Amino acid sequence: MSITKKDVLHAADLARLELTAEEQDLYTEQLSRILNYVEKLSELDTTGIAPTTYTVPLKTVMRADESRPSLPHEEALSNAPDSDKDCFKVPRIIE
Amino acid sequence: MDLNSLTIHALSEKLSKKEVSSVEATKAYLERIGAVDDKIKAFLIVTADEALKQAEEADKRRAQNNNITPLTGVPISVKDIFCTKGIRTTCASKILAGFVPPYDSTVVARLKDAGAVILGKNNMDEFAMGSSTENSAFQKTANPWALDRVPGGSSGGSAASVAALECAASVGTDTGGSIRQPAALCGVVGFKPTYGRVSRFGMIAFASSLDQAGPFTRDTIDSAIMLKAMAGFDPRDSTSIDAPVPDYLSEIEKGVAGLKIGIPKEYFIEGMDAEVEASVREALKILEKEGAVLVPVSLPHTEYAVAVYYLVATAEASSNLARFDGVKYGLRVNESGNLLDMYKKTRDSGFGGEVKRRIMLGTYSLSAGYYDAYYKKASEVRTLIKNDFETAFKACDIIATPTTPTPAFRFGEKVADPLTMYLSDIFTISCNLAGIPGVSIPCGFTKENLPIGLQILGRPLDETTVLRAARAYERAAGCTLQAPAL
Repeated sequence: MSITKKDVLHAADLARLELTAEEQDLYTEQLSRILNYVEKLSELDTTGIAPTTYTVPLKTVMRADESRPSLPHEEALSNAPDSDKDCFKVPRIIE
Repeated sequence: MDLNSLTIHALSEKLSKKEVSSVEATKAYLERIGAVDDKIKAFLIVTADEALKQAEEADKRRAQNNNITPLTGVPISVKDIFCTKGIRTTCASKILAGFVPPYDSTVVARLKDAGAVILGKNNMDEFAMGSSTENSAFQKTANPWALDRVPGGSSGGSAASVAALECAASVGTDTGGSIRQPAALCGVVGFKPTYGRVSRFGMIAFASSLDQAGPFTRDTIDSAIMLKAMAGFDPRDSTSIDAPVPDYLSEIEKGVAGLKIGIPKEYFIEGMDAEVEASVREALKILEKEGAVLVPVSLPHTEYAVAVYYLVATAEASSNLARFDGVKYGLRVNESGNLLDMYKKTRDSGFGGEVKRRIMLGTYSLSAGYYDAYYKKASEVRTLIKNDFETAFKACDIIATPTTPTPAFRFGEKVADPLTMYLSDIFTISCNLAGIPGVSIPCGFTKENLPIGLQILGRPLDETTVLRAARAYERAAGCTLQAPAL
C-alpha cells in the first residue's frame, strides 16, 4: 500500500505538525516503505481473534469523592509558556 | 578496587561496615563522571549538589540505623524520561528543553525513599524512540567499549553510564527493547519487568501499553535489589499490578537444576552475527551443564512482531504526544498569534525527525478508513504473539535467546533507513507485546571486543525465575566485572 503526499499532508494536519517541503517528500517515501513492510500482517487470518490492547486486565478505578492535597496552582502553572493569574494563556481564539 | 567499580551489594556492605561513607562514594562517582563523560556523554545533567546532600542524608540514616536498605547511600543515575522534582527533565527533546517537573515520578520517589543518591539524568533517544540514542536532540552517547559505536537505545545513556563506571546502577525504560538492547551492546545487565510490575506514574509516556521501567546494573544481584525497590502497586497508575513483590534475592542462588529452558528456533535466524550466535549457544551449554534442560520451542508469529510493534507503539505515541502543544509546559512558538498556527509551529520545531515520523505513522494508521487494516489488525496479531508465549511456557519455565542479532553498530550506520534500525529490535519486541519479563546479561565479547547479550524471558510476574537463571549463568560462567579502558 503506498501513501501519497496528500495522505501525508492530511495526517500532518491531524497531528498538528507543519512539515517543510523536504519533510513532506521524505515522509511520503519513508512511510510508504514502512507501510509496505507492515502489510505482511495481512498474510495472517485473524478472524475470531480478539485484539489485545493491554496485557493486564484493566478495571475502572473508582475512589471516594473526597478532596485530597494536589499541586498548588502556582506550581501547576510554573512551566507554562504564558499564564495569567490562575490560568494558562493561549492566543486569542474568538475574535 | 576503585569505589566506582563496585557492585551495589559490595558498596552496600562497605557502607554498612562504615569502611566508606556515601559522601565518599558519591564524590568518587562525580570525579569519574568529570573524567570520562566528555567522551561518553551519558549524562544530560549532573546534579552534584543535590547528590552530595542526599549522600549526607544517607550517611546520617546509616549512622542512626534508620530504615536502611541495600540502596541507602548508593549513587545511581536515571534516564531523563522520569520526572524529577525540581530537576530539569527533557526526554532528550527540544520541546521539553526547559521543563522542571513539580513532582517526582513514582520510580524516582521509591528509589529516593530507599536512600539511593541520584547523580543525574541520562541521555536517551528523544521520547525513547530509537535504538541507538542518536535521536537525542542534545548529544550522541558513545559506547564505552568502542567510542565510534552506538550504545544502543533508547536508554543508551543509562547503559553507557553503568558500563563506564559513572554510577553504580541506572534506571531506564523498555518499550520494545530499550533496556535490554543497550544493556547487551554495553555489556551490562538490563532488566525489563512484567508490564504493570513497576508504576509508570511520572514516566513520560511513549506507548502506554508497552512502556515499563527497569534497572541497569553490573550484575544480577544488583538487578534484584533495584527491582525490589522499584516494583509494586501504585494507586496513581491504574495499570500497575496489585500483586505482592517477592524478595527477589531469596531464590536467586537456587540454580537451574531441572529448570526447563525453551529455545525458540525463530530467534536463531539467518543473517545474525556468527559470533553472537556462537556466544549465545555457548551460554546455553553452560546452563545445560548446570542442570537445566534445553527444550526446543516455537514462537511462530515472531516474524510479525516488528510490524505489530510499529503500528501499536506509534498509534499510542501519536495520542500520548498530543499533549505537547505549547500550552501547559515546554516550548511555544507563536509567531502569528493564531492558535492553530502556534500548535503546528511549536510541534514542528520542537520534535525531532524520528518523533515526527512516528507521530505521522500513528496518526495515519488511526485515521478514518485505516483503523481496521492497521491498528485493529496489529492488535489481533498481538494476541497471536501473546498466545505463542503462553503455549511455549507450557513446555518450559523460561526462554533463552540472543538479545540482539548483532553487536554495537557504528554511528550513522542505520540512521538513513528507519526500517533497518527498527529491525535491530527484532529479538526484544515480542516480550513487550506479550507483557512478560525479560533480562539481558553479558555472555561474552566479539573478536573486536564488543559485548554480546543473552536474553532470558519468563512468565508474567515470574521475575524470580528469570533472575535465578540469569544468576546461575553469571555464576557458572564466572562473570566478573568487565570494564572498558577509557
